[in-house]
Amino acid sequence: MGKDKQRDLFPGALEMMILRMLRRQPLHGYALVQHIKQASNHLLEIEEGSLYPALQRLLKDELVSAQWALSSTNRRVRVYQLTPKGAQHLENEVSSFERMLEGITRVLAPVEP
Amino acid sequence: MNWITQFFKRQELYDDLSEEIRQHIEERTSELVKSGMSPQQAARTARREFGNPAVIEERGRAIWFGSFFNDLMADIRVSLRVLRKTPGFAAVAVFTLALAIGANAVVFSVLNALILRPLNVPRAESLWALWRANETAEESYPDYIDLRDRNRSFESLIAWSIPNVGFDAGTGDPAQVWAEEASGNYFDGLGLQPYLGRFFHAADEHGANSVPDIVLSYDFWHTQFHDDAGVIGRVVRVNKHPYTIIGVAQPEFHGALMFFYPAFFVPLVDQAQIEGTSTLNDRKAHGSVFMVMGHLKSGVTQAQAIADLNSIGADLQKAYPKDEGRMTFTLSRPGLYGEHLGGPIKAFMAALMLLAGLILIAACANLGSLFAARATDRSREVALRLALGSTRNRVLRQIFTEAILISLAGGALGLWGSVVLLRGLSVWQPFPAWPIHVPVNPDVHVYLVALFLALGSGFLFGAVPVRQILHTNPNEIIKLGSTGQVGKRITIREVLLSIQIAICAVLVTSSLVAVRGLSRSLHSDFGFDPQNAMIVETDLGMADYKADQAPTMQKQMIDSVSGIPGVESVGLADMPPLGEGAKNVLVFTGMTADLRAAKAAAATFVCSVSPEYFRAARTAILFGRSFTWHDDKDSPRVAIVNPEFARKLFGSVKSALGGYFKMRDGQRVQVVGIAEQGKYNSLTEDSTPGMFLPILQVPSSSIWMIVRSSRDPQPIAEAIRSKLHDLDPSLPLQIQSRNQQLATFLFPSRMATLSLGVLGLMGAMLAITGIFGMAAYSISKRLRELGIRIALGARRNEVLEAALGRAIKLLAFGSAAGLLLGILASKVLAFIVYQATPRDPLVLAGVVFAMALLGLLATWIPAQRALSIDPVILLRQE
Repeated sequence: MGKDKQRDLFPGALEMMILRMLRRQPLHGYALVQHIKQASNHLLEIEEGSLYPALQRLLKDELVSAQWALSSTNRRVRVYQLTPKGAQHLENEVSSFERMLEGITRVLAPVEP
Repeated sequence: MNWITQFFKRQELYDDLSEEIRQHIEERTSELVKSGMSPQQAARTARREFGNPAVIEERGRAIWFGSFFNDLMADIRVSLRVLRKTPGFAAVAVFTLALAIGANAVVFSVLNALILRPLNVPRAESLWALWRANETAEESYPDYIDLRDRNRSFESLIAWSIPNVGFDAGTGDPAQVWAEEASGNYFDGLGLQPYLGRFFHAADEHGANSVPDIVLSYDFWHTQFHDDAGVIGRVVRVNKHPYTIIGVAQPEFHGALMFFYPAFFVPLVDQAQIEGTSTLNDRKAHGSVFMVMGHLKSGVTQAQAIADLNSIGADLQKAYPKDEGRMTFTLSRPGLYGEHLGGPIKAFMAALMLLAGLILIAACANLGSLFAARATDRSREVALRLALGSTRNRVLRQIFTEAILISLAGGALGLWGSVVLLRGLSVWQPFPAWPIHVPVNPDVHVYLVALFLALGSGFLFGAVPVRQILHTNPNEIIKLGSTGQVGKRITIREVLLSIQIAICAVLVTSSLVAVRGLSRSLHSDFGFDPQNAMIVETDLGMADYKADQAPTMQKQMIDSVSGIPGVESVGLADMPPLGEGAKNVLVFTGMTADLRAAKAAAATFVCSVSPEYFRAARTAILFGRSFTWHDDKDSPRVAIVNPEFARKLFGSVKSALGGYFKMRDGQRVQVVGIAEQGKYNSLTEDSTPGMFLPILQVPSSSIWMIVRSSRDPQPIAEAIRSKLHDLDPSLPLQIQSRNQQLATFLFPSRMATLSLGVLGLMGAMLAITGIFGMAAYSISKRLRELGIRIALGARRNEVLEAALGRAIKLLAFGSAAGLLLGILASKVLAFIVYQATPRDPLVLAGVVFAMALLGLLATWIPAQRALSIDPVILLRQE
């Protein structure tokens, strides 16, 4: 399992991205992976499977809910939907992430001569 | 969803997850097919992109209840499946452990009941019994009173004795029961409350026979009076004297000795009525109080209390130089009758616990090597699991789960068996004449110990294959297949097996030593013949005979029993050799005028007998004459002594005949006969001085009638009972054969032999399965090699040597080590078992033979298998 190292960018990153995707529309697992890959412009190589433990975590914390449904291609899929609690959580996470990112950016910015 | 609903819905949660993962991979596959890939390639790519579904599913499931729980459930499922596939292995393993853990639970329960539990009274931790430095707890009543009133260390010193009395509940049919004669402060001093009614107190005592009250023990009240609360205030007869039942003691309290169950408690000041004579005012009567005990005052140390008692002792010694010997004290835990009884019991129980522990270790060694063998056989499976992404940790956890499952099942089975056994043991009354029970019902400690042992042994034998698994290299094994490594290196399994064989040899040696000792003590020379003899026990005091009436009554009793057809002779003794409570006195040479204890020539067993006693008991008179009915109060004092007595007092048997010696009271006694040497106080004693006195010169109300008859004992016993009943219906009788009565003395050796025999048998079984397992396994591993040997023309004995040589060597080595250890351990045995000596050629030969037999039994089937190898079939298979 050599891919372990790149599974999570940092703790909670994958969950945050999933919640962000689901805020736009309810999706099932496979579609979620495709959306994240596209949205990141294939910059983020995530192991497809690692999505599922993350989804289980979100389900357990009741940030998302899941429902079995039929997809447009007539396939039985489990569709995930953001709960109000999940939406709130996403907002908190994003703002704290932005603060952190800002801090990191400032530190990494070239020093003014 | 809270975690409880989640727990019950977990299967649904897990199913959803796996279904979703399956769908994901399918969707990806069909997408790839659409983009032009071949279906096989698409499936492979989809899988690779996804990652290991099993691991991901596991991680997903772990979110809900943590991975520990999930893994545990999975491990248990897998383990059960694996064990179901090898039911033989599972059954052998569980049964082995059940035996070993059961044995430990039983031994521990007895240990727990006898030694670890204190006497059932409040604040038992501060309760101590007084012991004289010369190893007796007995005191005279005046000494007790002085100790009680003058000490500054104890809250309240109590005293008690255990007399045998005639008890008549009002039916007119008296029975012999045991009572506890207690000082007035007994119940208050122990801090006890009555269950019913009230207790007697120190303030009730106003001199001899002043408290006509008794307190029943709960058990006696329960069995005799059927829990009738109306008995309080009822008048019953004790030795024909009226006594009022004033109370019932608590169910948990049954007197001050651990396994002695007296029927009731009666004030010690009534000694004259209870025992027929009173020694309450006699400072020399050192047996009138059986034991003195009390709670230490808080803040007083044992050493301070002993110093306090010793200073009182020194004063008493000074004040009464004629009556007192050295008065120095020690303290001991009450309950097991101090170190006197407690010492050997503790030593024996510790030895037994050690042996039981060894059994368990042997069982673990056995299972450990079985597990190691299985691990080798399963190395392919392990390699496969490692290759499929399992970690070594997970593989180990599964192996441990298997071990723990087996050990828990074994523990449960063993505990169940031991509970059944212990229930039986608890109600068992080993000595019919004594109210002795061994209350060994298992309590929570026993259950905890069994659980702990089960888990501990599970981890122990589960740990054996750990190294093997940690060093598994999946690539190598899958490529090569599992190969038996035939090396000369000594493996853990071989070490374990030789340890186990050694343990087994220790057990076999000890049990053989014990069996041999027992059979010797059964056939040893008692100095009388217990065969074809009945013994009738009663006490005229129980029917309130006065001292001067006793001789007439005793003669009548002898005459009436002699008249029974089939009775050859009848003898009377006040306390025969190997009776329960043999008496010993000091004797002095004929010249000495100084009759202090320190000047005594010997302490000797003494027994007053009727003239026919020697014929009835079949004790040979070697020289001189027997007694006659003319050796009475009016004729000169005479005695018949044994050779040891003669040697001690007169130097030789010849010079003793006709010689004189002195009793403690100064009376000169002439030796008129020499009787053969016998056993008097215990079977294990060395040659002890003994003397017999004519019952008319030294009368006693206590009667042990020896009735010799070669007829069936049952009808004789009935005839004796009816004859004596005709003489006096109020006389409580106890009739048994002399052998039954002697069983009390043989009890320790019998118990030791029984327990060692059982443990030895278990050790032997373990050794057989161990050797068998090792031999069978090594042959199955080396089938190919043996096949080639046979194909190349090896002879049968060469094949056998190649196949079993190592097992036999281990057996020989282990047995020798075990025999040596067993001989050392037998030293401990010698304390309990009569004539237990390992330097007995029969024992040594027996051990060697037993171990050889075990080896033969255990290697028989593997040897047959080795010999029946057909190289053609074998080589074709490979």
